[in-house]
Amino acid sequence: MWDLPFPLFPERASTLAGRVDSVFFVLLAITVFFTTLIGFLVIFFAIRYRKGSQADRSNAFSSNLKLELAWIGIPLVIVLGIFAIGTQVFFEMFNPPKDVTPIYVIGKQWMWKVQHPQGRSEINEIHLPTGRPVQLIMTSQDVIHSFYIPAFRMKQDVLPGRLTSEWFEPSKPGRYHLFCAEYCGTEHSKMGGWAVVMEPADYEQWLKGGPVGSGGGSSDAVPTMASTGARLFEKYHCTGCHGANSEFRAPKLDGVYGNQVPVMAANGKDIEFVTANDTYIRDSILLPKSKVVAGFDPVMPPYKDVLKEEELLQIMEYIKSIGRKEGVR
Amino acid sequence: MSHEHADAGHTSGTEAAHHGHGHDHIHPRPWNPLFRYVFSTDHKIIAIQFLFSGLIFFVVGGLMAMAIRWQLAWPWSPMPVLSKALWSSQGYRMPPEFYNKLFTMHGSVMIFLVVIPILAGAFGNFTIPLMIGARDMAFPRLNMISYWCMPFAFVAMLNSFIVEGGTAEAGWTSYPTLANSPWSTPGSFNGQTWWLIGVLFAGVSSLLGSINYLTTILMLRAPGMKMFRLPMTVWGMFITSILQAFALPVLTSALVMQLLDRTAGTNFFTPAGLSVANGPAAIGGGQPLLWQHLFWFYSHPAVYIMILPAMGMMSDIISTFSRKPLFGYKPMVIAIGAIAGLGFIVWGHHMFQSGMNPALGATFMLSTMLIALPSAIKVFNWLGTMWGGRIQFTSAMLNAMGFVSMFIIGGLSGIFLAATPVDMHVHDTYFIVAHIHYVLFGGSTFAIFAAIYYWFPKMFGRMMDERLGKVHFALTFLTFNGTFFLMHIVGLHGMLRRTADPTIYPLLNGPGVVGMNQFMTLSAFGLGLTQILFAANFLYSLVLGPKAADNPWKANTLEWGTTSPPPYYNFQTIPTVYHPAYEFSVPGVVGDFLPQTEPRPPIAGPMDPIMA
Repeated sequence: MWDLPFPLFPERASTLAGRVDSVFFVLLAITVFFTTLIGFLVIFFAIRYRKGSQADRSNAFSSNLKLELAWIGIPLVIVLGIFAIGTQVFFEMFNPPKDVTPIYVIGKQWMWKVQHPQGRSEINEIHLPTGRPVQLIMTSQDVIHSFYIPAFRMKQDVLPGRLTSEWFEPSKPGRYHLFCAEYCGTEHSKMGGWAVVMEPADYEQWLKGGPVGSGGGSSDAVPTMASTGARLFEKYHCTGCHGANSEFRAPKLDGVYGNQVPVMAANGKDIEFVTANDTYIRDSILLPKSKVVAGFDPVMPPYKDVLKEEELLQIMEYIKSIGRKEGVR
Repeated sequence: MSHEHADAGHTSGTEAAHHGHGHDHIHPRPWNPLFRYVFSTDHKIIAIQFLFSGLIFFVVGGLMAMAIRWQLAWPWSPMPVLSKALWSSQGYRMPPEFYNKLFTMHGSVMIFLVVIPILAGAFGNFTIPLMIGARDMAFPRLNMISYWCMPFAFVAMLNSFIVEGGTAEAGWTSYPTLANSPWSTPGSFNGQTWWLIGVLFAGVSSLLGSINYLTTILMLRAPGMKMFRLPMTVWGMFITSILQAFALPVLTSALVMQLLDRTAGTNFFTPAGLSVANGPAAIGGGQPLLWQHLFWFYSHPAVYIMILPAMGMMSDIISTFSRKPLFGYKPMVIAIGAIAGLGFIVWGHHMFQSGMNPALGATFMLSTMLIALPSAIKVFNWLGTMWGGRIQFTSAMLNAMGFVSMFIIGGLSGIFLAATPVDMHVHDTYFIVAHIHYVLFGGSTFAIFAAIYYWFPKMFGRMMDERLGKVHFALTFLTFNGTFFLMHIVGLHGMLRRTADPTIYPLLNGPGVVGMNQFMTLSAFGLGLTQILFAANFLYSLVLGPKAADNPWKANTLEWGTTSPPPYYNFQTIPTVYHPAYEFSVPGVVGDFLPQTEPRPPIAGPMDPIMA
């Protein structure tokens, strides 16, 4: 291979990147074939049938139903084939494995704030381990951004007032560009940084706050997101109603996350079940009246102007941590 | 003028003779130059107004593109003229928000003030009445109003540059919450409001035009002009008008909603408690994604509004200069209809990574990929038309051939964007910038050039210079590909659109990407300079070009049966139509063409059912 001023094809550093590229190369082969074919025919006909040439024109009919059907039929087969292989990869890109590790991301003009549940947070960098699927749970503080790591072939818009997610499994240690792909204002082009992919051992070390490869973590461990969340849970007086020893009648939150919750339907009479996922927890904190648990009065005040996005994610992580205990209910 | 239309309006599809067509009562054209040339109700004058204002804004939008390219090749280095005029106090350095204004207004001007008004406004107005054999549009005054909405759009767009904070900088897509929070970026302070007003007026203009076109094509066809005898140009305009009539109201309401969000304190697109740039928290309760759905519900069909008229006109030009019937006339009509129909159910492919349910994404992927089928019909039928023809390489034909081959690249690169997994990677990169320019420059703009070369003699009664036209085509074709082809590659490597300075990232600061960016910029300057040839040819021929004959291209459609330029009333007598427009090289006919006004000789035999 000769020396090129830049790599011929962008680097691949996640398990799915190769799958995406294989779809890309199928498409490339098809499009190059048809572009060449049509380009060739335009030039060939232009020369062969130019005015005054002696070419044989006796069979040149100007309509043929079979031909029309052929050039619907052949593209149809190709299109359905692309759809089949493309959708398969697409669904994989959206269905994380069961044992996925969450990492929280907040976009704002013009920086990325990343928080690991184990406690460490960083700005414009995201440290990731190889060989472990990671799910980013993302929201924006102001305008729409988009979290994009070209080497992972993944991109997901990050919206205000909403949680979005993307998952990937880094496969190769290294430093990769991280961009904001959705135009977000004056300094949009500067909103980016690095994804630092490490060996799992180095990552564990990094999480503890110690320098990588030194063997020992620093003495004061960073509090986990859930423990910070638990402190905030008290600070904002959530324990007054939702706490274990509370006298007040409010839904207990142990074991809620990931389970079915009975809520009042919109007509105010029937009961329906919703899954207590991230979005449900978030909405129930910010706008509690949007989904009221059956059998309870809607007395909780909305927290939409009270909590910062970071605090909200920490409280959510706390509620998730007490929800994962098996057999609480 | 109303009873003139009552006369000209006897256009049932039958060929039963309507007595009295030769004795129409024709109003004289207005004596007062104000009503003759400015507030004219004559479709030909209105077409020329649309054409001229469109070409003037083509220059404005093109100059913005040059400034964008300058910045991408040599980031932050002093720009000729602009730096001295605007930023002498800041070390001649362009501020980043100005770059954002440039690409926002380049896109907005080119789409809303150039391509749509020229294709639908100018050529729709000029060709429809002449090609169907009518004296004017069904609603001439509405037609005049439709043009005079445009100056409001021009003024609003230009005014946005001088308000506090400068012109809009939320991109031509204007996604909230960037666009509707006044503090999010300087252009959203005031400029965005003027942008909304400008696009609103341009939209109303298109809507009024489309209603007029539909009515005219349905009601004012000359005797014998059945729907399946209409030239493809008219079919293209007809289906475009349907698209506009059904999609534009959605854009209009979205624009009004954003305008209310910005000025009246509503929260259609603002989520609860949103605070941008540490501003006060909004009451909120809206959804930023709602805008994206409404915007793309119009703006995806808008892409077809910018290509279907071009496809129609190219069909006529390719057939005329191949001296051969258009291959598969009825399939071509059905294909245009199918593209338009599918165009309504594909808008979600702009939003694959917005947080959309992947099942819905897969559905949008399938509907988008299906557009390849009618597009394949179009392209192979154009090739079939050239096959076995006697091709004349006029400037119009060369541009039409350029259209076919560039449209193919733009169309096929669209498949990468429709394929969801690949789009995850290339969305919002220069790959999409390459794609849109292959469709809108390689497609629509080559079609505009072809159409100008083709109809110039009929519009102005003078011929354009063919030699200059060919040089212009060759240089445009080369520099166009030099400008846009490499964008596919830099995009694949992760160079993002709307990025003022890619060189701050080491990957994009190597000699490869920087070199490609500089090459693209030099090509873009070449592309810009080449258009001086076109402008010179256009303006010179307008005044001093040789006088044009009535039918210089020996074409079959009705407009070539009247004088060049046509009289105020278009036709001395309303013509009678006997067959479709593509009777070239018919056996038993002297000469190689047969105008629609002359019956087919018996020796030519019956028409093929696919053709008529």
